[in-house]
Amino acid sequence: MTRLFAALALLVAVSPHAAELSAVQLDKSSIAFVSRQMNVPVEGVFKKFSAQISIDPAKPEAGRARIEIDLNNIDAGSTEANDELKSKNWFNTREFPRASFVSSAVKALGGGRFEAFGKTTLKGKTLESRAPFTLKQEKGVLILDGTFPLKRLAYGIGSGAWSDTSVVADEVLVKFHFVLK
Amino acid sequence: MTASARYTETAISLHWLVAFLIFAAFPLGLIMSGLALSPLKLELVSYHKWLGVTVFLVAVARLAWRATHTPPPLPTAMPAWERTAAHGLHHLLYVLLFAIPLSGWLMSSAKGFQTVYFGVLPLPDLIGKDKALGDVLREVHRLLNDGMLGLVVAHVGAALKHHFIDRDDILARMLPFPSRSSRM
Ligand code: HEM
Ligand code: HEM
Repeated sequence: MTRLFAALALLVAVSPHAAELSAVQLDKSSIAFVSRQMNVPVEGVFKKFSAQISIDPAKPEAGRARIEIDLNNIDAGSTEANDELKSKNWFNTREFPRASFVSSAVKALGGGRFEAFGKTTLKGKTLESRAPFTLKQEKGVLILDGTFPLKRLAYGIGSGAWSDTSVVADEVLVKFHFVLK
Repeated sequence: MTASARYTETAISLHWLVAFLIFAAFPLGLIMSGLALSPLKLELVSYHKWLGVTVFLVAVARLAWRATHTPPPLPTAMPAWERTAAHGLHHLLYVLLFAIPLSGWLMSSAKGFQTVYFGVLPLPDLIGKDKALGDVLREVHRLLNDGMLGLVVAHVGAALKHHFIDRDDILARMLPFPSRSSRM
């Protein structure tokens, strides 16, 4: 541990960006979502995504992130639900196979809490969004955890009969967990 | 036959309330299972669960009644095998009134779709999300329902046989109005 600190200290001394962590450990990271169906919270996961994140715990404001989700690998609990989500009414993955979140601004909210500002692109539509998150340093890794609400109808997700928000709520919670080394 | 040979009003109300709820929950279960995923299906599945949980609650009340009351004795003329069959059938029906909602509740948890009674009261998930287990419980729920369908057909058949062939009081004493007793 002391050796690691010594090495880190040396790196910091050498370069201003040295403490910046950017290797996302995909196998330890996850992006999940919780929708409300008939007021029942139902969780699903995005099984495949890529993430480029660089953040310096000493200077989080300079953090940047680019997350891309492969929507064809969505898991909402059943084959039937997964097929439905890939269809035209929902993500329309044939035309829009990916969703992305790109952020180049982070604001410190105090108490170890931050907020990333960026643009979310879903189903061909790009909207401004903010994702609050916490940062935790642990055994040589940095853990980013956050949850933010996303209004599905703003992106035309779940159109037609599915736009009835008394059955499936407009707000979907997106939960992310990234481990950086 | 005297009035004391009838089921109590409480027993009669609970019996018909359960029968009514099941006659709603059962076809609803069949209909919704046949639907493709749609908002309607999600709605119907929720209504089905609420009905099913209500069956469970009323069944608890029925069991409490049964634990504190002895049902009116069966007519002395009734053959022993018929008494045994009636008791056995009633016991099985009581078991199913608990087992079917329980299997439905566990299935919902295993499928990752919690039961939220009337959309406000979340029932705890006794088991975690487990797809394979969910599929097994779904089969269990179906088999129990098939079993109950057979038993209820036998039950109703027996009640009608008593009423129209044996011409005894068995059906009348479970009806809200004692038709045959008052005629006799
Ligand atoms: C006594 C009460 C109940 C009755 C009579 C009943 C009856 C049924 C029937 C007939 C089906 C259709 C099975 C098939 O596809 O052949 C069904 C399906 C189902 N029931 Fe029930 N049920 C009861 C209680 C419950 C409860 C309490 C729950 C959950 C809390 C529940 C959850 C379900 C679910 C989720 C399905 C759909 C299974 C699927 O197609 O994936 N049921 N039920
Ligand atoms: C899903 C529907 C039903 C269920 C689960 C059910 C269940 C039961 C149970 C558990 C008992 C025994 C009560 C006790 O002694 O503690 C009972 C009694 C009785 N049920 Fe049903 N029942 C249903 C529908 C019906 C229907 C439709 C009829 C009429 C056609 C009927 C007629 C009777 C009668 C006449 C008795 C009294 C039997 C006796 O005197 O020993 N039931 N029922």
